Amino acid sequence: MGKSLFQKVWDAHSVRRLSNGQTQLLIGTHLIHEVTSPQAFGMLRDRGLKVKYPHRTFATVDHIVPTNESLEPYSDKLAQAMIEELRKNCAEHGIEFFDTNTGKQGIVHIVGPEQGITQPGTTIACGDSHTSTHGAFGAIAFGIGTSQVRDVLATQTMALSPLKVRRINVDGKLAPGVYAKDVILHIIRLLGTKGGTGYAYEYAGEVFDNFSMEERMTVCNMSIEGGARVGYVNPDETTFEYLKGRPYSPKGAAWDAAVERWKNFASDPDCAYDDVVNIRAEDIAPTVTWGINPGQGIFVDENIPAPADGKTQSEREGISEALEHMKFQGGEPIKGKKIDVAFFGSCTNGRLSDLKEVAQYLKGRKVHPDVQAICVPGSQVVAKMAEDLGLAQIFRDAGFEWRGAGCSMCLAMNPDKLVGDQLCASSSNRNFKGRQGSVTGRTILMSPLMVAAAAITGEVSDAREVFGLLPEPVGA
Amino acid sequence: MALPKINQIAGRAVYVPGDDIDTDRIIPARFMKCVTFDGLGEYVFYDVRKNEDGTDRKHPLNDPKFSGATILISGNNFGCGSSREHAPQAIYRAGFRAVIAESFAEIFFGNSTQLGMPCVSATHDDIQALVRALQADPDMTVMIDLEMQRIHFGDVSISCEIRETNRQALVGGYWDPIQDLINGEEQVEAVANDLAYFRATAD
Ligand code: SF4
Repeated sequence: MGKSLFQKVWDAHSVRRLSNGQTQLLIGTHLIHEVTSPQAFGMLRDRGLKVKYPHRTFATVDHIVPTNESLEPYSDKLAQAMIEELRKNCAEHGIEFFDTNTGKQGIVHIVGPEQGITQPGTTIACGDSHTSTHGAFGAIAFGIGTSQVRDVLATQTMALSPLKVRRINVDGKLAPGVYAKDVILHIIRLLGTKGGTGYAYEYAGEVFDNFSMEERMTVCNMSIEGGARVGYVNPDETTFEYLKGRPYSPKGAAWDAAVERWKNFASDPDCAYDDVVNIRAEDIAPTVTWGINPGQGIFVDENIPAPADGKTQSEREGISEALEHMKFQGGEPIKGKKIDVAFFGSCTNGRLSDLKEVAQYLKGRKVHPDVQAICVPGSQVVAKMAEDLGLAQIFRDAGFEWRGAGCSMCLAMNPDKLVGDQLCASSSNRNFKGRQGSVTGRTILMSPLMVAAAAITGEVSDAREVFGLLPEPVGA
Repeated sequence: MALPKINQIAGRAVYVPGDDIDTDRIIPARFMKCVTFDGLGEYVFYDVRKNEDGTDRKHPLNDPKFSGATILISGNNFGCGSSREHAPQAIYRAGFRAVIAESFAEIFFGNSTQLGMPCVSATHDDIQALVRALQADPDMTVMIDLEMQRIHFGDVSISCEIRETNRQALVGGYWDPIQDLINGEEQVEAVANDLAYFRATAD
């Protein structure tokens, strides 16, 4: 019987069994940022510990950086204190820091891949739940808490129990206007926000074989929204092609050896899975959320559910609570809901490919006068390339505010926030109450092209209609 | 440094109803702008506890009948969302020492265990029975017995569950694995040396 990629990577990084029965697992690559690391460095200091392998930790700053001012000190003193703390900790422990003046700063889950730090067959940890993103490369990547950040800094290992593996096959072809974001929103809608508890998700099938690395990252990113701590795609030529020539990728003979190793980490064809789910690509349409968790999704042409649609009492209560927060009525269409803000960015959809895809449709169009539209590139590298390729200008011309790299309004730890009960069409990954900085703020998750469509029309719209992507009706 | 063995937690309890209570609700992101966890307790559940002008809203955690509670009771999928340890830290620093819920999100559960704050699951019906008893007598003592996996209150007891490895870690006094991890140093080096990517450094 063959082994899954999860099993192979796990085995290659297992150190020993701990007295509590868990496995001590070596973490090959540790990524840190300003929000969840300072307390961990504090814990190290309290215990007189050092960073064990500083060359395997990489830092950047993303959550709190303002996207509309670049000069320090920032107007927000707490933000300034946090960036300084990270600078100090990195300098003291000899950790590479992609600071704001390096041209490489950005959202940690965008920086790792674009620098070639994220590689197949490795274990990655970061004090951030969207670390699952890195699984797109065939890495096993865990979001961890701060005490575990401390563990990894001090020992380069952490205590873990193995996960089960669920293979999710998406076969067939996605229709025009249907994107990776729709695939993952659809998966979460089907399997639920806790369907993945205890599992690693292995994404496979024709759709994933054809996906670019950026698209694979979008799906893996939101594994955690489906309750799965880890999500991954087996490495293939697309993966190797992406990594070739990146700053931290192996070079020369080491490259060839690495590719050989990486190939061997892919799941064996005869490996057994704890669960298998099959989905048809043709069944997926542009998906939007209507509620307050990412599992509350519908196709854009469906109606918002009513409490009576819930199968259990708790589901009915969940629907009522969501409708109350969203100020929606059960049974009405989601299409046509007036939006106030369009947010384009985040570690889910803030990459160059997202900007490219949307720019081709945005060209020559204008954001609706009632909408504040902001576009936040995921990293300084993305920002520079978008500028060089003229994409940034297309966004600006359309009426988007073009910002500096960071997490921005994805969770509003910086000045980018919703106000009052504004409704936001967002390319990010979480629609929890209060997520975008206002307690009563409302978020609708969707693909970047759907965000652009909403920005232009001023309401939730089917991007396929707005941009002419629907097939001509037969006989027309 | 030996850690205390956590066999039993007893105290007064408070019920915060709802399913899928996420980490943004437990500690809103703006309170994560901090370089230590000290002081987070004050902001636990802030946005559901407070009005925008900072005055109290109607919420079980503001109800004087339940002040001083050390056991938090809630619904399904408690602690979902982000990996931020700020969430269990805020709960812990607000004085709680255990959480009872129908189920927990994975990372929240692990983070809590590592703080020595057990998260135990019980069925919906059992939790509702506990909540009814609590509403009738807010001063009632709730006792979680991790050895027997039971929750006692009044003259009633219900069963509860916690993943076996985590249960053993708590009752055995090794819920924080740091020392154990440090002890594995030599084996760690051996495994690291076998991995080409680990040895390599950037050009
Ligand atoms: S973009 Fe959003 S989800 Fe991604 S790391 Fe930043 S805050 Fe977290």
